[in-house]
Amino acid sequence: MKERLEALRVEALQELQQVDSPQQLNDLRVKYLGKKGALTEILRGMGSLSAEERPVIGQVGNEVRAAIEEVIETKQAAFQQAETANRLRAETIDVTLPGKKQAPGAVHPLNKVAQEIEDVFIGLGYTIAEGPEVESDFYNFEALNLPKDHPARDMQDSFYVTDDILMRTHTSPVQVRTMKAMNGKTPVKVICPGKVYRRDDDDATHSFQFNQIEGLVIGPNIRMSDLKGTLLQFVQLMFGKQTEIRLRPSFFPFTEPSAEVDVTCVQCGGHGCRMCKHTGWLEILGCGMVHPRVLEMGGYDPNEVSGFAFGMGVERIALLKYGIDDIRHFYTNDLRFLSQFVRM
Amino acid sequence: MNVSYKWLSDYIELNGYTGEQLAELMTSGGIEIDVVESRNKGVTGVVVGHVLTREKHPDADKLSVCTVDVGGPEVLQIVCGAKNVAAGQRVPVATIGSVLPGDFAIKRAKLRGVESQGMICSAKELGLNDKLLPKEQQEGILVLPEGTPVGASILDVLCIDDEVLELDLTPNRSDCLSMLGVAYEVGALTGRSVKLPDNRVNDSAEQASAHVSVRIEAKEQCLHYTARYIKGVQIGPSPQWMQNRLMAAGIRPINNVVDITNYVMLEYGQPLHAFDADKVEGGRIVVRLANDGEVLQTLDGQERKLEPHMLLITNGKEPLGLAGVMGGASSEVTDSTVNILLESARFDGGTIRKTSRQLGLRSESSVRFEKGVDPARVVPALDRAAALMAEYASGHVLDGIVEELAEQPKAAVVNVTIEKINRYLGTELSKLEIETIFGRLQFPFELSADGVFTVRVPSRRGDMTRDVDLIEEVARLHGYDNIPTTPIEGATTPGALTKPQAIRRELRKRLTDAGLHEVISYSFTHPDRTKLFPALAGAELYPVRLALPMSEDRSVLRTSLLPQLLETAVYNRNRKNDDVAIFEIGSVFHTDEAALTRLPREKHRLAVLLTGNRNRAEWNRKAEAYDFYDLKGIAETLVEVLGVSGSIRYEAAQPEHMHPGRTAAIVLRGERGDETIGYLGQLHPTTQLDHDLADTYVLEIELAPLYDDADFDIVYKSLPRYPAMERDIAVVLNREVEAGKLIASVEETAGELLESVRVFDIYTGEKLGAEKKSVALSLVYRHAERTLTDEEVTELHGKVVTKLEQSFAAELRK
Repeated sequence: MKERLEALRVEALQELQQVDSPQQLNDLRVKYLGKKGALTEILRGMGSLSAEERPVIGQVGNEVRAAIEEVIETKQAAFQQAETANRLRAETIDVTLPGKKQAPGAVHPLNKVAQEIEDVFIGLGYTIAEGPEVESDFYNFEALNLPKDHPARDMQDSFYVTDDILMRTHTSPVQVRTMKAMNGKTPVKVICPGKVYRRDDDDATHSFQFNQIEGLVIGPNIRMSDLKGTLLQFVQLMFGKQTEIRLRPSFFPFTEPSAEVDVTCVQCGGHGCRMCKHTGWLEILGCGMVHPRVLEMGGYDPNEVSGFAFGMGVERIALLKYGIDDIRHFYTNDLRFLSQFVRM
Repeated sequence: MNVSYKWLSDYIELNGYTGEQLAELMTSGGIEIDVVESRNKGVTGVVVGHVLTREKHPDADKLSVCTVDVGGPEVLQIVCGAKNVAAGQRVPVATIGSVLPGDFAIKRAKLRGVESQGMICSAKELGLNDKLLPKEQQEGILVLPEGTPVGASILDVLCIDDEVLELDLTPNRSDCLSMLGVAYEVGALTGRSVKLPDNRVNDSAEQASAHVSVRIEAKEQCLHYTARYIKGVQIGPSPQWMQNRLMAAGIRPINNVVDITNYVMLEYGQPLHAFDADKVEGGRIVVRLANDGEVLQTLDGQERKLEPHMLLITNGKEPLGLAGVMGGASSEVTDSTVNILLESARFDGGTIRKTSRQLGLRSESSVRFEKGVDPARVVPALDRAAALMAEYASGHVLDGIVEELAEQPKAAVVNVTIEKINRYLGTELSKLEIETIFGRLQFPFELSADGVFTVRVPSRRGDMTRDVDLIEEVARLHGYDNIPTTPIEGATTPGALTKPQAIRRELRKRLTDAGLHEVISYSFTHPDRTKLFPALAGAELYPVRLALPMSEDRSVLRTSLLPQLLETAVYNRNRKNDDVAIFEIGSVFHTDEAALTRLPREKHRLAVLLTGNRNRAEWNRKAEAYDFYDLKGIAETLVEVLGVSGSIRYEAAQPEHMHPGRTAAIVLRGERGDETIGYLGQLHPTTQLDHDLADTYVLEIELAPLYDDADFDIVYKSLPRYPAMERDIAVVLNREVEAGKLIASVEETAGELLESVRVFDIYTGEKLGAEKKSVALSLVYRHAERTLTDEEVTELHGKVVTKLEQSFAAELRK
């Protein structure tokens, strides 16, 4: 019997060497090791053996089974590996083809810049106030120390609807509305963004409709040095830490003292270039200490409180920030223009 | 105001400052200098010559051959083409080697065979602005006054070696509309003192009052009127130096008398007017308001219709001039004028401004009166001009000033404390520093022991009325750069967006994420455009019309955002961009008043437009056109983000210019009941055609109700612990039955146990017949606290199906 078992081992191993498919492998497993397989068949004759021979033959039978099983397992592992490799090869794709995406749209550059400015001031503790674009003459002019025949109204050629109602020429009326709403309380710390309108012929640098952002701070002891400090903080957050400011005396009816503010040229860093007309400075802001008349009309006592205000044109800052050459692009809404502002 | 550097140095020492340096100093002090321009446009080597002889050129009709003495050892022979050249003239001569503007070097030349040793120049060739030249000098060569020294440099004679500073004045600094005002400003900046011009008059014995009387009837409009009488003037050109200065200031010389009034106006900022005294009947001056219908011919030859608010200088009967704006033709100074009635007055700025505006007549005079003249200079300017007329027009100034003073000017006294100055500016200025600044400004002051400055502000600085005005003077002369930089003191404040602002930002973010670009349109539009979408524009409302629009296309305020979104789509389509996905967030303006008496309502809205393809054809997907459901998906996403999807529903609607079968009203169920807050749908095919657009889907929605009802609060619900049961139904029913109604029915019948219902298939086809469709719904049932039994779900689901069958004549599809 032992000879038969050894012969079976040789035969089985030989046959297994020839296997080249998982199916064949399975067939051989059944043929040799199955319930009706060759090995079982041989071992079924163990009953006729003597008590001495039986464990010896049993031992041999187990060895033969183990040897066959080992080869089958090795073969099976090899088949699985090959199959996985095949599958991966079949599934390989071209990773350079474009993905499925929704191409992003863009926030309008003017709103993008306005939001950025708003966020800087929110970080500095300001809230955002808004007001109507169609205003009364009172809020737009009179309450800002510009009575009807004030010479400074020369500076603001306006779109009137009636004698007393007009398109606001600046966002300053929101300051007055804010003061009135505060009812004499301090501190006031607001910025007022919005559209404004002036009778101006459109060209590369002028638009009859444009956007402003104004700021107003009122408190018991607000100083001009605080105004400088605030503006410096703002421009450094907006344009970078190296940015400096320069104030030049100017005139606005609603502030006294008044100043124009220049910042270090964003293009050349102050060395002088075409953008800053070789001065190293760019004018971006008007500001000043709130005129006592304006405080009075807003319901404050100028002996008790003081304040500062500042205002800037959003278009101007967007033009500088992005290097845009013509203000009219902002309002023609050409998609080739708008789609350039998708970045965060 | 254009300021000649050389002229200015008559009143203040400018040593140590070039024109550029002066401009920089003034700009940093608050008087902005736009540009510093040299009057010399490139002239060197031109001298004054004396034309000795003039002969006709032998071979050229239009040329002359002249001999000219230029003060050198030899007399020059010069060929000249000008008609007006004549022997005896003093003329500018560009000798060999000299250069004219445009790098035009003069060389020895032969003209038609005759040698020319230089060139006789016209004013234009010397780079002078010919618009500013006296009329007789605008053509031909420039003929200089007799007695101009031969051989002198033309740069000196015409005062070309000078620079002109162009001042860009803010409205408060009208004091710098005069050379003296600028001198005071420079004095404040440099600490140097101002030299006043000589205005001593040598009165003759004869009394002016014998020839002139003055009466002010309009005392609110004319505050002071002064006059002098100058007898026996000889009208002629003014001296060359005066002409040079006027030209530098941008004023054309006319004759000595007129030039003197202009010169003194520039010097003092006080406008003057010279009447031909013999044309002022009775020498009578009456200042009064115009009568209705009165007419005046002004100096420029125009007939002016006058109105009762306009102030006139009259002879008691007829008007002689528009006070402060322009003189009348009837009393104009001419070559034959002999006696002068000279006016120096102070008129109310508002009156002059209104007249000047209404007549569209702005003059150097009206500009100064509008902004306010210095009351203290009315008489000094009158005297100065009279003195100059004596000197340069050979006149005799009669004794005395004839005047009436209607309103005594108020002396301004303003107090400010050292403490307030420093507290306001954040500085630590000493008493001495502030005293020095007021001293430089030439503001007389007293300082009390407790630090109060009592400043008597000179009348030339009418802008100084309150303590802050003085503080500004201190600040600008101390230098804004020297004010420290400090943080705001006091409690910090929290900064935040308001709810509407936060919502608008969220809308922008979601819409751009969905691939839409934001646009900003003009708020002004054509009236016809406001009629395009009456449902959105408010059919019963009026557009707000501008009183003075720049064009009809931009004459009314928009009542809806959509018309301009359509224009934007068309604009881009015309530039070969057919795929447009855009939105705008902005205000529309509504009023129910035909003529506004109060502010219109401003409503924030969101509008969206989609047209063309959602995506281009790519390797893994086909190009897909936008459809209604793309737009609706956007709307649904937005209301979900705002937390209001539960109170929004969409109802088929047929607003004008929208596709009647593809438009929905957006209805918000709120505290005020149901409210249509917007529409979404496809444009009507004819509207699309009108705009030459492909299928276009638009949405416009009112934002205020969303600001009110938006709910950002997130309340966590525990995850379900018991299993759900899913059942599907497919029903066949009439095509026009809306899915929304089926869902509403399902929700109502199934009640609380229904977790969700979803349409997962719509089928139409021949098998069903043209009028039918099949709708397949997927329902999920779940109980929060226990596992549902099969029986109870089957029973409930059965009710749902029965209800659908009954309500919609639906047949269950098996």
